[in-house]
Amino acid sequence: MTQYVVLSAILFTIGCVGVLTRRNAIVVFMCVELMLNACNLAFVAFARQHGNLDGQITAFFVMVVAAAEVVIGLAIIMTIFRTRRSASVDDASLLKY
Amino acid sequence: MTFWLLAPIMVAAALGILFVRKAVHAALLLAVVMISLAFLYAVLDAPFLFAVQIIVYTGAILMLFLFVMMLIGVDASDSVVETIRGQRAMAVVLGLVFGAVLVVGLGQVTLGTVVGLDAANEGGNVPAIANILFSKYVFAFEATSALLITAALGAMVLAHRERLTPKATQADLAAQRLRDYADHGKHLGPLPSPGVYARHNAVDTPALLPDGTAAESSVSRVLAARGTVRSAPAMADDIDDVRRQLGGLDGHSDPATMPETSGKAGTPASTEEDEK
Repeated sequence: MTQYVVLSAILFTIGCVGVLTRRNAIVVFMCVELMLNACNLAFVAFARQHGNLDGQITAFFVMVVAAAEVVIGLAIIMTIFRTRRSASVDDASLLKY
Repeated sequence: MTFWLLAPIMVAAALGILFVRKAVHAALLLAVVMISLAFLYAVLDAPFLFAVQIIVYTGAILMLFLFVMMLIGVDASDSVVETIRGQRAMAVVLGLVFGAVLVVGLGQVTLGTVVGLDAANEGGNVPAIANILFSKYVFAFEATSALLITAALGAMVLAHRERLTPKATQADLAAQRLRDYADHGKHLGPLPSPGVYARHNAVDTPALLPDGTAAESSVSRVLAARGTVRSAPAMADDIDDVRRQLGGLDGHSDPATMPETSGKAGTPASTEEDEK
């Protein structure tokens, strides 16, 4: 069972580094999804470890919330792209000034 | 066994997301990770989540990603300019440290014996999940419906654009075209069509101007931005190659060595006979 959790940790780390290094807002978003998926894997693995289904229910809720989050996030990215003509996270810097 | 097959694929695909330049490739690599994850769920006695993972994540969410990507332009690739100096290197170091801490920490944990889900999945995984979902977690489930409605409304509000200026009619467009012609002599008619050649006939090939240069206005702006426009002179090299393969080294081969040419010469005569 440890190997599943280790895989989950590796995927989470990769997603984390992706969020920090990538500049395209959509790819950043994909890395966030990768992190959510890594957490789901840990939840499902621990559900099997402890022999109850609460972990699977939690993973299910994470998927639902992720779906809602993707809808809103992509709508925001589209709005930013429409006004600024760019999907780069560096260009949305007006709050700095 | 399935795990050791899938885990390297997943890690490689996830690392690929970090390095590929194009967002579409990242989406496809993410699809690989997600489908592999679905199979891991199946191995972990979670057939319901296996189906949900494929339907919701790979089907709906990734499609949405690709959809938005096509809307805002596939050519929007990453910039390599660092706005904060050394941020990339710092992020990689931080990631390595974080991953090492997690993996080393997990390596020292003993999780005990695996209980397994055979008892919990007694009457099937889906009924068991439904039993918990609609009793213990029914309140969270109801809250989820509110969340989904809010998300749908929010997406509609965010994606909606109020028209501030009236839509240009056909008369307006025609007047604008004539004004352009009067002001800076822009051609009135339609744009030139892409090139039609003996060996290639597609929208990605520019037409040639009388002086032999490519007419840039004959290919789509989107194709030019993606950098997938073919060059017509390169196709001429191709023709020379084919000629060389057919026999004549100098390009002027005699018809006797090319039987298909003589065959074609015979066809018009037969059609004339048919018409009679």
